[in-house]
This record gives sequence, C-alpha cells and structure tokens, in this order.
Amino acid sequence: MSAKIFSKDEWAGVLEGLKDAYEVYVPVKEGDFHNFRPLKEGTRPSFEFQNTRMSPKFLTEPQSERMFEYTLDKNQPDAHILKEDEKEIPPRAVVGIRPCDAFAFQLVKRNFDTPRYKDPYWLKRYEATTFVGLGCNDPCETCFCASAGSGPFDRKGLDVLLYDLGDAYLAQPLTDKGEALLEKTDGGKEADEASWKKAQGLTRQVAGKGSRRVSTDKLREKDVNALYEAPFWEDVAFSCINCGTCTFLCPTCWCFDIQDEVQMLPMVGDRMRNWDSCMFPLFTLHGSGHNPRSSKTERVRQRFMHKLKYYVDKYDDGIQCVGCGRCVQFCPVNIDIREIAEKMNAL
Amino acid sequence: MENPYLPYPVRIDSITTETEDRNLKTFKFVFLNPEDEAKFAYTPGQFAELSIAGKGEIPIGIASSPTEKGFIAFTVNKVGKVTTHLHNMREGDVMGVRGPLGNWYPWEQMEGKNVVIVGGGFAFTTLRSSIIYMLEPENRSRFENITVVYGARSPGMLLYKDELMAWEKRDDLDMHITVDATDDPDWKYNVGFVPAITEEKVTSAENAVAIVCGPPIMIRFTQPVLEKLGFPPENIILSLENRMKCGIGMCGRCNIGEKLVCKDGPVFSLAELKELPPDY
Ligand SMILES: Cc1cc2nc3c(=O)[nH]c(=O)nc-3n(C[C@H](O)[C@H](O)[C@H](O)COP(=O)(O)OP(=O)(O)OC[C@H]3O[C@@H](n4cnc5c(N)ncnc54)[C@H](O)[C@@H]3O)c2cc1C
Ligand code: SF4
Ligand code: SF4
Ligand code: FES
Repeated sequence: MSAKIFSKDEWAGVLEGLKDAYEVYVPVKEGDFHNFRPLKEGTRPSFEFQNTRMSPKFLTEPQSERMFEYTLDKNQPDAHILKEDEKEIPPRAVVGIRPCDAFAFQLVKRNFDTPRYKDPYWLKRYEATTFVGLGCNDPCETCFCASAGSGPFDRKGLDVLLYDLGDAYLAQPLTDKGEALLEKTDGGKEADEASWKKAQGLTRQVAGKGSRRVSTDKLREKDVNALYEAPFWEDVAFSCINCGTCTFLCPTCWCFDIQDEVQMLPMVGDRMRNWDSCMFPLFTLHGSGHNPRSSKTERVRQRFMHKLKYYVDKYDDGIQCVGCGRCVQFCPVNIDIREIAEKMNAL
Repeated sequence: MENPYLPYPVRIDSITTETEDRNLKTFKFVFLNPEDEAKFAYTPGQFAELSIAGKGEIPIGIASSPTEKGFIAFTVNKVGKVTTHLHNMREGDVMGVRGPLGNWYPWEQMEGKNVVIVGGGFAFTTLRSSIIYMLEPENRSRFENITVVYGARSPGMLLYKDELMAWEKRDDLDMHITVDATDDPDWKYNVGFVPAITEEKVTSAENAVAIVCGPPIMIRFTQPVLEKLGFPPENIILSLENRMKCGIGMCGRCNIGEKLVCKDGPVFSLAELKELPPDY
C-alpha cells in the first residue's frame, strides 16, 4: 500500500475511526505539557507539541502493573499459589510518537527479549502496539537525537511515519503492521507527487537547522575502569538531589522493582512490578546493610556509565540514550547528559 | 510465552535449625507437581528465588545437590522481611521456588584438577551442594584431591554439623573444620580464622582451582593467601551476592559494570572481577 494524505480537517475523524480496530493513544495537552492518553469519549488530541513530558515507555512497561494474583485464604485449595494475570492486550496504536521515543523501544527490547529469557509482560504489549510516528518539524532545544542514533524523521522502530505538511499529514507506511493500520483508516487519499516533494523539503530544512552534536565516538574504546575512576564524578554529582526525575522520564530507563501487595477480607494479594530507579539508595541495599552504591556520586556515575559505557560495551551498537532531552530539560539542578558524554568521550 | 517470573509451587517438607543462635534454618521443599522437579534441573553454584505470596521473593543459593533426589534444600539466614517470615513458617506450608537461576561453579574447568574449597559462616550453602556433588561415586573420579576449609565464629555456628563430622572421617576428602574461638575443652578440630587455616593446610596451587565463599572480610584476607600459594586469578572462583529482584537480568539492580550478577554470575573468577568496576 502506498502513502496516504489526510487533511487536518478530517484528522480527528481518522483517529476516531481507528478506535474500531485499536486502542488508540494520542498526545493530549495537560496544563503546560502534553502526555499520551487513550482516546476516549471527550479526549481532545492535540498535535501542537514538541514532545510529551512523560515518555511513552508506559505502553510496554506501565508504571505499576500486576504480574500475578493469589489468595491467602487457607480454606481455598490454591492458597498461596501464584496465578498469572491472564489479561489480554488488545491491538493498540500510538499516534504521534516522536521518532526518538519509538527508537527507544528498540534499545529497551534488548533487555526484555533475550535468548535465555523473554519478559512476557513487556513483549506482549510491544507486539500488540503499532507505532505511528510524527516527524519533528521543530526539534526541542534540549534534544540531540542525531548524535544518538536517531533523528527528527528517523524510521527505526516505527510502523508509519507522519509528516506534518501544515494543512495535512502525509502518512508513509514502513512495515506490514503500518500498512494494516493505514488500510483501516477512513478518508484520506493517495499521496501525490506534490505532497512528497513538500515532505522531502521539510526533512531537508530540519536537517539543515542541525541539532546539537554530542561526541560519543570514543566511548567504546575507553577502558571501563578508567572511566569509572575518572576524576569528574564527584563534580558531576555534586548538585544532584537524587530525585529520580531523570530515570522516571527517560524512555530508555527500564529498571523495576517487584513488590507484593495484600488486602484483608478477602485475603487476596497481587505481585506487582513498579518502576524503580538507580538514583535511590534502596535499589542496591543488601540485606546485611552493605550497599555497593551507597553515595549519590556512585549512583549518578552508575546512571551515566550504564547509558554511555556498559550498554555500549555490552551490545556494541551505540549508547543507551536516544537523545530525547527530557532529562536535560527537567533535571531540577541542570545536570546535562550532553556535557557528561563529552567529558567521558574526552577522558 | 513461558513466564520466567512464575514460581513452581512447593511444600515445606522439613525445617532444621542449624545454628545455636537459631538464625539459620535449612528448608527442604518438595514440588507440589512432581513433574516440576525435572524442570528444575540445576548445577551446584546456582541459586533460586524463594517466593512467599504476600511477602515477596529472595535470592538464595541452592544448598542441596542435584545428586540428591526428591527434594531441594536452602539454608536461610534471618535478616529482614521475607527471611523472617520464612523462619516463622511451618512444615506443610505452601510457597514457591523460581529457578534455577544464574551460572554455576566451573565444573568443566575443574575436571581433572585438585579442588580447594574455602568457606566461611553461612555462605557455605552452595559449597555443601558442591561437596555432595563431587563425592557422589559417579563424579568423584572426575576430580583429583578435594580440600575443604570451613570455618565459623564458634562451634555452635557451623552449618551441617553431622555432615561435616562425617566428611572429616573420609579419606577421599581432606576436611579442615575451624572456629574463630571456643571455650569447649572437647573441641578436637582447628581454632583460627579461615585465611590462616587455609595458609596452614593448603600447600600447593599446582593443578588446582579454589572456590571461595564467605563474608567480605574473609574473602579479602583469603585472596592474598591463595595468590601467594600461586593460584592465578583465573583459578580463584568467587560467588557474589548483590541485591536482586528479578533474578533473570531484567530489573537492572544487580549489575557490576556490564555484567548482571543474577544472570552472568553469581559465580565469577577473580580474573573476571579484576576487569570490572568494583560495584559489589
Ligand atoms: C545469589 C545470592 C545467593 C544468596 N544465598 C543466600 C543463602 O544461601 N542464604 C541466605 O541466608 N542468604 C542468601 N542470600 C542473601 C539473601 O538474599 C538476603 O539476605 C535476603 O534477600 C534478605 O531478604 P529479606 O526480605 O529478609 O530482607 P529485607 O527485608 O530486604 O531487608 C534487608 C534490608 O533491606 C532494607 N529494605 C528492604 N526493603 C525495604 C523497604 N521497602 N523499605 C525500607 N528498607 C528496606 C532494610 O534496611 C533491611 O534491613 C543470597 C543472595 C544472593 C544475591
Ligand atoms: S533529575 Fe537531576 S537531580 Fe534528579 S536524580 Fe536526575 S540528575 Fe539528580
Ligand atoms: S538519557 Fe535523557 S536524553 Fe537520553 S533518552 Fe533518557 S531522558 Fe532522553
Ligand atoms: S536481579 Fe534483576 S537484573 Fe539481576
């Protein structure tokens, strides 16, 4: 199937129409920021945004999710035996995801889809999702996607790429999943030569503006222990308040905790998994009281070493960061991964 | 898709109090579904997540040996929420075991070699598994001399006392039991710290591999003893205990550099550890 063009007047109807086949997630304006929300009765999608404040990682890893349920009632034959939460994940489409955030799922997938173990919760959601990306006409000031393996119109991890042509969206299918989605859309017409020209002009124009360059080319060859012992960590971490905002918002941070929650009358419980953060001391505290990363300097170092060295060495295919710029934009004390990458790269 | 987070349901078959302070107990579990025992095929050195509905999960080394059939055993020190709850459970109670997880001692590398085992305190669990495994007639001939140094604070703090005494009498195993101190006039074994006894009893690194498990302080002082004897770092094997949740390399908390202790470990050679940042 070839690309389609949708006028902005019909766009709301197109999204509504997708609801027959998908659970649809769209950007919604909430106060000063945008976030992805399910398209329901009364939801007002808003595509006038640079990027959402929360990353869309919740699509595959909800902030909190039930893994198992059980009864603690000894009179039940299956007391204390964990039962899988058999919730089905319906087909879903996220419309308007930025290319950097879509690429993030590809990086994170390496963690959850391994030869030895597969994480069924993450993978089930990932496989059910169609990623409809929206190219960036106006990249954020804090982003550096082009230095992080992505770019304003990058296609990696996307099923459809949308170009915002001002009065219309050009929708280019990139995978079978993307074609299937476009086939299910009402309205629109086949993309014409003129729209393609416009889209190409747009790509060139944005590329010409150039996003900030960050050097990461020497990270792979650096000695891991030399970076670990580098003199700058104390300085880098000095102002950090260990609030966890960076890891909370980051589309490529996946660490989680597992906790049991119980309720009385009836005596039932759930085993939950919740987002966690390497910025918190409890993350690594041993039962004995020993903690390999007890100081904030060690924790800040862990975050950057993971993203810019351990991951780089482990997969030999780039950094564990897509350059979305969220951590730069929202860190209350202005710790900037771009400066730290430069420091590490220059060591 | 198979769910690697789903524990096998087990029943507590027996509980043995190991130490005089009553803080260490050995739990023997029987699988509720007998076919799960074959699925839980393990190798000495591996661990499992013990799962208690309503309380959570804890990573614990497997203390039984795969040569022991019909049950699996774990020795648990009471330190916090889950371990305390487990200590209060009774025979017959139902819970879960998830695993086996992680890697194991390098059995292939040790084949045809002298094996030196150095253990301290309650970190002796997977070493017990290893000794039982090596002493099994079908396995014994795969290894040359086996030397074991095991110590605890006092006689009452030694794990698996009956087995230790039995091993002491065997001639296919060179067993050295020691305690830091004792006022028991009938104590007929060694008195002294594990590193010192190791220095005294282990005389050669020739064709030998050493496995060391114990509290950090014991490891710190044993390491130079072994290095002085001539053990190269590749032949000094350690087992690490970072805080864990998932046990399968996904939750991210147990890393040392790019390695995940739960999946790439818990067993590492000293040579491997020297390449990694010291986050343990
Ligand atoms: C590979 C491996 C093998 C092991 N083998 C053995 C073994 O054979 N035998 C053995 O006894 N142990 C073993 N351990 C150690 C064992 O896993 C820990 O002792 C155990 O997990 C402690 O669990 P707990 O729930 O009792 O302690 P926790 O309740 O987790 O308490 C530990 C400490 O963590 C802190 N803490 C935890 N959660 C919270 C919270 N929500 N809020 C505030 N503070 C909190 C507290 O300060 C507490 O003192 C092993 C560990 C590993 C990694
Ligand atoms: S957002 Fe900034 S202050 Fe907060 S934990 Fe991250 S680096 Fe530290
Ligand atoms: S580290 Fe910062 S810039 Fe990189 S992906 Fe995460 S939030 Fe975005
Ligand atoms: S315990 Fe989760 S990654 Fe190791």
